[in-house]
Amino acid sequence: MAAGLATWLPFARAAAVGWLPLAQQPLPPAPGVKASRGDEVLVVNVSGRRFETWKNTLDRYPDTLLGSSEKEFFYDADSGEYFFDRDPDMFRHVLNFYRTGRLHCPRQECIQAFDEELAFYGLVPELVGDCCLEEYRDRKKENAERLAEDEEAEQAGDGPALPAGSSLRQRLWRAFENPHTSTAALVFYYVTGFFIAVSVIANVVETIPCRGSARRSSREQPCGERFPQAFFCMDTACVLIFTGEYLLRLFAAPSRCRFLRSVMSLIDVVAILPYYIGLLVPKNDDVSGAFVTLRVFRVFRIFKFSRHSQGLRILGYTLKSCASELGFLLFSLTMAIIIFATVMFYAEKGTNKTNFTSIPAAFWYTIVTMTTLGYGDMVPSTIAGKIFGSICSLSGVLVIALPVPVIVSNFSRIYHQNQRADKRRAQQKVRLARIRLAKSGTTNAFLQYKQNGGLEDSGSGEEQALCVRNRSAFEQQHHHLLHCLEKTTPVGPGSLLSSCCPRRAKRRAIRLANSTASVSRGSMQELDMLAGLRRSHAPQSRSSLNAKPHDSLDLNCDSRDFVAAIISIPTPPANTPDESQPSSPGGGGRAGSTLRNSSLGTPCLFPETVKISSL
Amino acid sequence: MLTLEWESEGLQTVGIVVIICASLKLLHLLGLIDFSEDSVEDELEMATVRHRPEALELLEAQSKFTKKELQILYRGFKNECPSGVVNEETFKEIYSQFFPQGDSTTYAHFLFNAFDTDHNGAVSFEDFIKGLSILLRGTVQEKLNWAFNLYDINKDGYITKEEMLDIMKAIYDMMGKCTYPVLKEDAPRQHVETFFQKMDKNKDGVVTIDEFIESCQKDENIMRSMQLFENVI
Repeated sequence: MAAGLATWLPFARAAAVGWLPLAQQPLPPAPGVKASRGDEVLVVNVSGRRFETWKNTLDRYPDTLLGSSEKEFFYDADSGEYFFDRDPDMFRHVLNFYRTGRLHCPRQECIQAFDEELAFYGLVPELVGDCCLEEYRDRKKENAERLAEDEEAEQAGDGPALPAGSSLRQRLWRAFENPHTSTAALVFYYVTGFFIAVSVIANVVETIPCRGSARRSSREQPCGERFPQAFFCMDTACVLIFTGEYLLRLFAAPSRCRFLRSVMSLIDVVAILPYYIGLLVPKNDDVSGAFVTLRVFRVFRIFKFSRHSQGLRILGYTLKSCASELGFLLFSLTMAIIIFATVMFYAEKGTNKTNFTSIPAAFWYTIVTMTTLGYGDMVPSTIAGKIFGSICSLSGVLVIALPVPVIVSNFSRIYHQNQRADKRRAQQKVRLARIRLAKSGTTNAFLQYKQNGGLEDSGSGEEQALCVRNRSAFEQQHHHLLHCLEKTTPVGPGSLLSSCCPRRAKRRAIRLANSTASVSRGSMQELDMLAGLRRSHAPQSRSSLNAKPHDSLDLNCDSRDFVAAIISIPTPPANTPDESQPSSPGGGGRAGSTLRNSSLGTPCLFPETVKISSL
Repeated sequence: MLTLEWESEGLQTVGIVVIICASLKLLHLLGLIDFSEDSVEDELEMATVRHRPEALELLEAQSKFTKKELQILYRGFKNECPSGVVNEETFKEIYSQFFPQGDSTTYAHFLFNAFDTDHNGAVSFEDFIKGLSILLRGTVQEKLNWAFNLYDINKDGYITKEEMLDIMKAIYDMMGKCTYPVLKEDAPRQHVETFFQKMDKNKDGVVTIDEFIESCQKDENIMRSMQLFENVI
């Protein structure tokens, strides 16, 4: 309530008069108050919209932009108002803060924009009033999460680049986790999927009754007993494939213990164990009964599909995250079942030949009624039983309907998050490609300009006018800067490539082209650096160099001076701004050796050496 | 046999009773039946008291402030209390913000009573201005009068030792416990004794307004400090 305090200050000081007669010591003198000018109305012009307020209002918060003398920087003496080139809609909220002491958060604006405005006017985000604070925090957190996801996706890329010296294990693991990376992995992925399907279908078909070939009476056998060999062979094949896959995964896993404990591996084990147990168990009558039970577990093979389907994984994850709601549902249902079963039992006890023989027997009736199934195998016959039965079914509907929306919303949220991540990854590639295109446009402009001889010092007015087709003032300054940079390094027009005859140049160009092409990209890279993009063009240059050695050649010979200027190099590392590694060929004065170094360097080092060379 | 019958009959009755109660509750919820006499007058009490001050010219005539000063004061006042009146709670809050280190509620209470001249439980803008006018622009006599009024809790024209002790304790409470050097427990009492020795001329145990004004006018310190809070606006 800082605003309030300022208002009440006169009152508090005046009330101090009450202490005066009691004071035993002389009171300190009052501070020198400069003559107050009285209140005046200030005009604040924000992008054309005029806001007028009392000066006192703004003075309430002296540590903000508007309350301090900082606003004098924005004072326009001609019009007598303070001009801010910012968003007028947002300013409304800022000004209201001064007036009412509470900062409200606009619902329909982007939270990032709001934050920026606050930062500009010197308001701390903690000033957001209680009424809007929760929503503000939620939206900010959501935004931060989304941005973090963006960054993660960007860094993860589409499959991490494997270091060249990765072992078989690592490659295998990667093939298993991202089937899209290589054809073999994809094939393996589909094959396992196929066999899972085959196995499940075989299990199902096994139990269908087939007609006996001899048409003996009406006895029908399930297909499993009619064709035991066929089914056994199919089962064996599937289990072999699954076992092989499991062992391979176990071998390739970076952390075996963690893999053993993971859910998918457990499912794998459960899927293949029954078969082996069946092999090992002798065909005794008493044991084979237990063995039949094991067959049930074969159905878990269907869960192996979750590796192939993301939707299944999402469903599983949702159920796991809604565990508390499900738990609550179960608990309340149990309570209700017990209560109603007890009541129904005692209500129906008097009837003879009743189905409600005990309370647990009544459980079945309660469950069937509460879930509105109503089989009708157990029905109450007394009036009391009917009354309580109807109450039971009504309450069942309510209890079950309650947690369901929570689960649904959870699922929807997770599903959409996943969709969003996928969409963003797809869009990211397009977006980056477009950005790269735009940037290369700028750098091409520079090279074009140089080719047109725009850098000639002796350009007369008309020539220059020709070259300066449609370059903005900014571009002019920018190109001038780059030119200055080039001129900073000592260059003799042909000192290095004086013997730039085509033959040697060609030979060199192949090696040079490595650096040249990457150098012309290097200057692009330089510009890119200037624009703040950290992307490695090395792969690009390597592919393009093979594609167009001629272009680079031409470039080399025509604008030889300029390229030479660029390649002028690293000779004096002292001259170059010291941003490259110190380990770079700094000592080498010979450009040739440097070039050789650079061309022999590993692809990854290209960008760095290129940077040097362009300097 | 009989027990079985009783059981089922009993349950039947219970079931019917449950149904009747549930339906009654449902009807009550729907608003068709009213059980308790929930008065609708509760709504009216929520209406806030609104107060508009008298005309600017009148206030200007009554007090020693100029029009501009009145305008500034009223704008601040209205911003803080849109309803136009200040109640005791707000008073206490304001004072506690100015003196956070101690407990200023008691002194704020006395102050409130001093400002609230018509004793209606709320300080309107006129009361506010009246008080401020005296304290900031009044004569020494008026100020001392006001101070006497503050100390005289029951407004009977006499300041007794008990009243003085209350006031003194309130002021010492405002100081809080974190003083250096630490104040003794009976510091207020001693202070009161000193005060009474100075003020009470005829030693009858009470201080009247004349004694008070007379003693204060003789004291140099008090006279000088009266000028302290002159130009507050």
